[in-house]
Amino acid sequence: MSDKKKTPPTLVLNPIMCDGRGMCHDAAPDLIDLDEWGYPLLPSHGLRAELSRAQMKAAEDATHACPVLALHIER
Amino acid sequence: MKVRDDGAMTGRLGIEKRSTLPEHEAVYGRLPDVGKRHGRNPGVLVDEVEKAGLRGRGGGWFPTHLKLRAVVNSSADRGRLARTRHPVVIANGMEGEPASSKDAVLLAHSPHLVLDGITVAARTIGATDAFIAVHRDSRLVPGLEAALAERDAAGIDPLTIRLVMPPARYVSSEESALSHWVGDGVATPVFPDRPFQRGAAGRPTLVQNVETLAHLALIARYGGAWFASTGTSNAPGTTLVTVGGAVHQSGVVEVPTGTTVDEIQRLCGGPAEGIRGYLTGGYGGGWVTADGFADVAWDPESVRAGGGVIGASLLWALGESVCPIDEMSRVSAWMAGESAGQCGPCMFGLPSIAEDVRALALRQAYGGDMRRLANRLSLVTNRGGCKHPDGVSRFVSTGLQAFASEVDAHLTGACSVASQRSTDPARQLPVPPARLALLDSSGRDFT
Repeated sequence: MSDKKKTPPTLVLNPIMCDGRGMCHDAAPDLIDLDEWGYPLLPSHGLRAELSRAQMKAAEDATHACPVLALHIER
Repeated sequence: MKVRDDGAMTGRLGIEKRSTLPEHEAVYGRLPDVGKRHGRNPGVLVDEVEKAGLRGRGGGWFPTHLKLRAVVNSSADRGRLARTRHPVVIANGMEGEPASSKDAVLLAHSPHLVLDGITVAARTIGATDAFIAVHRDSRLVPGLEAALAERDAAGIDPLTIRLVMPPARYVSSEESALSHWVGDGVATPVFPDRPFQRGAAGRPTLVQNVETLAHLALIARYGGAWFASTGTSNAPGTTLVTVGGAVHQSGVVEVPTGTTVDEIQRLCGGPAEGIRGYLTGGYGGGWVTADGFADVAWDPESVRAGGGVIGASLLWALGESVCPIDEMSRVSAWMAGESAGQCGPCMFGLPSIAEDVRALALRQAYGGDMRRLANRLSLVTNRGGCKHPDGVSRFVSTGLQAFASEVDAHLTGACSVASQRSTDPARQLPVPPARLALLDSSGRDFT
């Protein structure tokens, strides 16, 4: 898929790798919520969330905090 | 459609009785050579498939020519030295839907049409390995082994087709789980790669439902224009439908797409009692009320417009002697147990949802429980590595909507069918015993 169109940076969650440790929420509580079972809820309530400039720092913190590398930012 | 000597219409797929190889060839003729793939160009059959407008019959109804091309491109992108460049084709005969039997009927009666389809698909995409997958312990195994032996003796398939039997679990028939099994012996869904990108052992993999492959074998013989001479323009051809529940003769029928629900029902002897609603597509499909649905045409777009999902082409009639909330409770509990347990919202969300539905079925739920349930139903969607939780959510939420008055009755401690409940198990959605089969490589049946 060689899509040349410029899309905003996107936070991507791999739900199979995610163990629900919640460290992304601790690192970026305003960006990532936890559901009633302790699993991360992105602002989109899906597996991908486009990021505004203001959210970039929080998204990077959350990504770095994940011990199982379930989060990454697609640029 | 062909007309038999006695004037009765018979279908294209030969599901009426079992055919041996000579009988099969007497009806359909020899399988022609369809031409092979060259580099980025699939075999010429792909153009006929596009002209035919064939769409996948496993549930997604995705255009088959696009899938064939995607596998070829993914393979061609790898370069000549890549060890993973040769495609794999897998015929999906798993039929994980407990209420569905169309693929089993097809494989039992017309195995050679499906196997023909595997061979022409393999040739068209340049596959070097071909598999057909049915559930472990499936009753279809001896018949398929016999059919494969017949073809071996006749030397029909340039590429040997191997029979594989992944564990009998609902999620193991999902296409990425199936290619995961063939490659690594683990029958769990994969995220985010799709099989055409990185499938079995990292190779581009074509996973096609067995009915789709049978149609492909017909297109190889008679062409795309012939294929599209019946059915709707959006989804041409014929389709198998599993009809069950409150009809006189449940079973599998083959009809042109666009046939109305009423006509399909009449082919199965008509309603056996008052119909309250239908489950469409499968256990990850959608409930609709009976009002007006009999006039809906059976094709993906019309069924969707009518509030349902054509999915794996299941049409299940819910009679008035069966409590819809009971049905939702039993099925959602079973579906929760069928999770692969890989993603949190599925692993924890589905049992919570099943518990809420069970409380409602037992008439022990209150308004607040329903609000929590509604929240949970939206919490599990779009958050899994596969669409299993989304399917359960749709099954429950469409059911709550279609049978809203029954939900209200249950919230006040009543049930409209409690006094005249049917004891006929054929009227209730089948729920297999909880399955213990592991999803990992124990019992892998090939190397």
